[in-house]
Amino acid sequence: MSNWKRICQLDEIPRLGSRVVQGTKSGDIALFRTAADQVFALHDKCPHKSGPLSQGIVHGERVSCPLHGWNIRLDDGQAVAPDVGSCRSFAVSVRDGEVFLAV
Amino acid sequence: MSKPRLVVIGNGMAGVRTIEELLKIRPDHYRITIFGAEPHPNYNRILLSPVLAGEMSTQEIVLNELDWYRDNGIELHTGRQIVTIDRVARKVIADDGFAAEYDRLLIATGSTPFMLPVPGNDLPGVVGYRDLKDTDEMIDAARRYSHAVVIGGGLLGLEAANGLKLRGMDVTVVHLGAWLLERQLDERAGRMLQKSLEERGLKFLLEKQTEALIKGESGRVAAIRLQDGVQLAADLVVMAAGIRPNYALAEAAGIYCKRGIVVNDTMQTYDPKVYAVGECVSHRGIAYGLVAPLFEQAKVAANHLADYGIARYTGSVTSTKLKVTGIDLFSAGEYMGGQDAEEIVLNDPAGGVYKKLVIRDDKLIGSVLYGDTADGPWYFQLLKDRRDIHDIRDSLIFGQSLVGDVGHAGNSRAAGLAESAEVCGCNGVSKGTIIKGIKENGLFTLDEVKRHTKAASSCGSCAGLVEQILASTIGGAYTPASSDTKPVCACTELPHKLVRETIRDQHLTSKEAVFAFMEWKTPDGCEKCRPAVNYYLISTWPDEARDDPQSRFINERAHANIQKDGTFSVVPRMWGGLTTPAELRAIADAAEKYQVPTVKLTGGQRIDLLGIRKEDLPRIWADLNAAGMVSGHAYGKSIRTVKTCVGAEHCRFGTQMAMDMGIKLERMLFDMYAPHKVKLAVSGCPRNCAEAGIKDVGVIGVDSGYELYVGGNGGIKTEVAQFLCKVKHDEEVMAYSGAFLQLYREEGWYLERTCHFLARVGLDYVKRRVVADDPGRQALHARLLDSLKNARDPWQTSRTGDAVRQFVPLRVEA
Repeated sequence: MSNWKRICQLDEIPRLGSRVVQGTKSGDIALFRTAADQVFALHDKCPHKSGPLSQGIVHGERVSCPLHGWNIRLDDGQAVAPDVGSCRSFAVSVRDGEVFLAV
Repeated sequence: MSKPRLVVIGNGMAGVRTIEELLKIRPDHYRITIFGAEPHPNYNRILLSPVLAGEMSTQEIVLNELDWYRDNGIELHTGRQIVTIDRVARKVIADDGFAAEYDRLLIATGSTPFMLPVPGNDLPGVVGYRDLKDTDEMIDAARRYSHAVVIGGGLLGLEAANGLKLRGMDVTVVHLGAWLLERQLDERAGRMLQKSLEERGLKFLLEKQTEALIKGESGRVAAIRLQDGVQLAADLVVMAAGIRPNYALAEAAGIYCKRGIVVNDTMQTYDPKVYAVGECVSHRGIAYGLVAPLFEQAKVAANHLADYGIARYTGSVTSTKLKVTGIDLFSAGEYMGGQDAEEIVLNDPAGGVYKKLVIRDDKLIGSVLYGDTADGPWYFQLLKDRRDIHDIRDSLIFGQSLVGDVGHAGNSRAAGLAESAEVCGCNGVSKGTIIKGIKENGLFTLDEVKRHTKAASSCGSCAGLVEQILASTIGGAYTPASSDTKPVCACTELPHKLVRETIRDQHLTSKEAVFAFMEWKTPDGCEKCRPAVNYYLISTWPDEARDDPQSRFINERAHANIQKDGTFSVVPRMWGGLTTPAELRAIADAAEKYQVPTVKLTGGQRIDLLGIRKEDLPRIWADLNAAGMVSGHAYGKSIRTVKTCVGAEHCRFGTQMAMDMGIKLERMLFDMYAPHKVKLAVSGCPRNCAEAGIKDVGVIGVDSGYELYVGGNGGIKTEVAQFLCKVKHDEEVMAYSGAFLQLYREEGWYLERTCHFLARVGLDYVKRRVVADDPGRQALHARLLDSLKNARDPWQTSRTGDAVRQFVPLRVEA
């Protein structure tokens, strides 16, 4: 079973932006918030050259890696074609404006 | 309610492309049925020549596999020819009686080769050259027979002749015209082409008319007789004397046709429910036979089929490349010249190079290049952009100087490169990989090649070379978009120019308003358009639009430069490249305190502290701020540095106070954002130790004042700055430089450096706005100062309040 941890309030993540969660046993995790207030979590390493995805531009349900512009899907961590690669994703839930992460 | 039904007659490149465009913008609108007379899925007809030449296989040229039709819910009928269109009952009927009803009909029946009306034109062994079946027949004939005659010395004819020759046949081309490719080349280039084809063993008979094809004993064609009585052995005769649009089906249904199905600028026929695209169409009296215009038509037709109703097709300027491996030939536009046209010609028969440029009213209207086609795409761009070439006329024929272009070992000619040659130095992509990518994925545009192969996707210096490879691989299918019409990104059809103008004209002040008003296809843009739109908003409406940090690249959001390991670099500003012992002490202290692994001097006379963790940024900024230093903006599409020499302050040769002038300029421009980074330099004398000749604005002191240069660039492609004007006083240096930069800020396109801006609008235009027009210059300068009146140090403002959040990592609570 997953282990849900409270991380922050939803408002602490900017819309179309992200925050980094440190200190998990899986390493740094990037939390993304879309324009529609959905929150996603990915391992903060691009499958291409390990760029910090948390520093990318969020658009729709994707993030563009800041290093070489790969687009990664927020929901499943898959690279958008024609690029190929995947990055681990984590379950997130938002309850009463609080963000919980399954780590 | 059930979906409306769209029926497409023709499963070729134009029809299927229209459907692809339609699915892109409105995927679920129609139930789609496609009829194709050939038994194949859509394939790349342009690549029949490489198939004939044995360079590619049939399977390799398929564009849409059967899976594609299935995945998109398209009902495909191959091998079924439509013979009747019943416009009253709104249905089409196939040769086997099968019928399908439509709400909208798209006719894309293409064309057929023109078979000369001579006796024997229906003998076995006489073929047109149009489809896979013809190609197979030719390949088969090459295996069994030895003599081939190709009638027609146009593009298709020459490619057929070349392919048959490569397959071992003895080939003669019979041509009615006085020289080869007379619809693409002038006489001189035509003769040069003939000579090099003859060297490959092809034979030519020019100004000859065919009288009859003669049957042999087997019943197959055996010879061809010309009107002058000459008779040639021919076991295979290929008719490549032109194409005829297939419009009989439409005409029989009562749709107005005149040498093609007549359509308006929305690709609609005289029946509003019926659209037509491709070679079967006559648009403004022109039937196009190259694929590039068909793709433009497809886009427009799709837009109207999707009920968007905003696109118009206004005709195409076409360019030609012959797909014969090893022959470099390019022509575009009105290459023959004519009345009130002027010509610039470079002719080097021994070197095998011939270039002709045709000019009218200071605009390039046509060009023919033979032997050296490196600059073909550049000329074509100038032609399509209708750029005034007055100011570059004297060097135009020598091409877009490739001197100083780096990253591909100085190569500028794609044809001569080995397959293994590295084309893209950033991503290590070879010519062979690019060609393979183009062929296997059916790529047609530079953007597609960039996405799939990564070539030219980083610094872009090899883009010209990649374009050449694309052009020579797909020939006439290649057409670069004019810069004015190239969409910003995949989120919109609109180009930078229109987006900029609409933001201004419609007084749009937020990205939401921009996306809504211009009907963006994505809800909140992408990493390409959002930064551009954000810049246009804040530069157009500095007092009203609010900067959106989430639309900025990380460097501008974090006010530091991201490095490959995710750490950042910090560069404090040193006005004019000057510093003090106290500042140096503070920098040294900070470097030790935050354990900065690397301290480096930059090219712009600053100190770079590399390897700083993001969470340390606010703290190191606070320390540097405390010592009186501010952000150096080494990370932004912004004013970077003003580099100076020591000037008359110290130098025995100095004529002007370069350091003082540099500091004044840098203070004026502090915190200025622009379409791209901006670098200045001030030298105190023409020895130019500050290297002002490769800066966006270069100031050179002379005894009587200052010379101003603009549009220089020391990066990917070294560009020497161009002389703008000469001024006397420091205040004028500020006013003219400021006005030039404001013009660039207001009219430049995002990610366009000043050298690109200048190449696009021309130095004359800039001189008119900045030098000749005194009130205009003052107004530009005033607007610059006004938009910078609230300039603040971003290091100061990002350290506190909500702004600091991004630097603070979250932690999992126990």
